[in-house]
Amino acid sequence: MPILEVNNLIKNFGSTKVLKGISFTVEKGEVLAIIGSSGSGKTTLLRCMNYLETPDAGSITVNGEPYFDVELNKSLSEGELRAKRLHFGLVFQSFNLFPQYTVTDNILLASLLLESEKLKARLKRKEIGKTEYRAEKSRMRSKLMGTASALLEKVGLTDKADFYPCQLSGGQQQRAAIARALALTPDILCFDEPTSALDPELTGEVLKVIRGLKSGDSTMIVVTHEMEFAASVADKVIFMSGGVIEEQGSPAEVFGSPKSPALKSFLGKKKF
Amino acid sequence: MTCQLFALTLIFALPLGLIISFGTMSKLRPLRTVMKTVVWIVRGVPLMLQIFIVYYVPGFIGLETIDRFPAALIAFVINYACYFSEIYRAGIEAVPVGQTEAGLVLGMTRYQIFTRVTLQQVIKRIVPPMGNEIITLVKDTALARVISVIEITRKAELFADKAIIWPLFYTALFYLVFVGALTLLFGYIEKSQSYYKI
Ligand SMILES: Nc1ncnc2c1ncn2[C@@H]1O[C@H](COP(=O)(O)OP(=O)(O)OP(=O)(O)O)[C@@H](O)[C@H]1O
Ligand SMILES: [Mg+2]
Repeated sequence: MPILEVNNLIKNFGSTKVLKGISFTVEKGEVLAIIGSSGSGKTTLLRCMNYLETPDAGSITVNGEPYFDVELNKSLSEGELRAKRLHFGLVFQSFNLFPQYTVTDNILLASLLLESEKLKARLKRKEIGKTEYRAEKSRMRSKLMGTASALLEKVGLTDKADFYPCQLSGGQQQRAAIARALALTPDILCFDEPTSALDPELTGEVLKVIRGLKSGDSTMIVVTHEMEFAASVADKVIFMSGGVIEEQGSPAEVFGSPKSPALKSFLGKKKF
Repeated sequence: MTCQLFALTLIFALPLGLIISFGTMSKLRPLRTVMKTVVWIVRGVPLMLQIFIVYYVPGFIGLETIDRFPAALIAFVINYACYFSEIYRAGIEAVPVGQTEAGLVLGMTRYQIFTRVTLQQVIKRIVPPMGNEIITLVKDTALARVISVIEITRKAELFADKAIIWPLFYTALFYLVFVGALTLLFGYIEKSQSYYKI
């Protein structure tokens, strides 16, 4: 069973049709690369999957369970939506780190809030007493701290743990943002042109981190203009054009023997 | 009277301004239009006239008149709340939407995002313009005299009428010291926020 199934997704902004029926599947552990020219709807697709936009029609299924369809999402409570959205993570083109927090606190903030809420709920339901609550809380805290430092090591920022985002280079900021997204252990991590806002000499370090995440159980969707990267890291490539999937297949198929004229001309424009 | 007017105006106008700013940014169009119009009128009419209006109009239309000090206070609170609301609005709108979106994607609630992420950035942005506005307030308190609230300048003038000129200088000195203290305070707050850049 695929971990993600997107079915005939449609999104309009007013009278502009941006997604005109997108369907694809991703298997667990796969890396999907999405390529396509500017304005083809790649960002909109990622935003729909992360509940930042509401599609007008279509459905999304994660692990066989409904994640999005128009009627379902109207009936879900705030809490249920929140729980569902944690299936996905998103790394933004412009990082969007929280400037007032250190790298460590950026990574910790959301999971700390989430876990404290769970603990408080248990206290309220009287499942645990006050003293137990405090003990659990400090245990939870140190566990999350441990996770955070493991993540920092993974993205090579151990020595920057207590730095503020403004003290980091673009590449370091993006690596911190990746660690922040990983902290919530999403089933599917999305990247929206993670290197487009970086100087060319900094893209390598970020791509290397993403490449390093490729393993049996982390599923990733990467929107990118780095064709070599897509070709080498992806298991599957989707080429979008004008709101539809024009072509999809293995990197060898898409890059090696493109069929549609749109893809041919798109690849022709890239130095590849 | 001057210090009281200053302090009470701040206590009421700072939160009221935040509420008004939410109104002017509301998704509900009628509410937004009404609030924007109110802000436009209050900022467009001289404060002195507003003090007159609050003090005299209830009497004209047959309502109970308001005492001098409360009347001045009400006019100040409304006037300054509207100015503050514009500062808040600019501060809130200047925080990139990406901050909220990053929070949402991480599963934070809108309330958590506002209190843990947005608010500190708003405060950092609004400290300098707030400082300016509050310093203006110190000096505007002198306007309360138009309905004979005996604030400090009026008091000095009463002495000056008796050909004693010094109290006017002391008054100027009072304002200078007051404003100087506030300037130091705001400088300190600004500095305490300077450990990060936005
Ligand atoms: N909030 C919005 N309101 C109106 N139109 C929008 C909005 N967001 C995106 N669009 C339009 O949708 C289309 C697709 O935009 P999208 O950002 O998804 O493209 P993209 O493939 O990510 O492009 P790029 O490679 O430049 O990032 C564009 O024509 C854009 O103008
Ligand atoms: Mg885009």
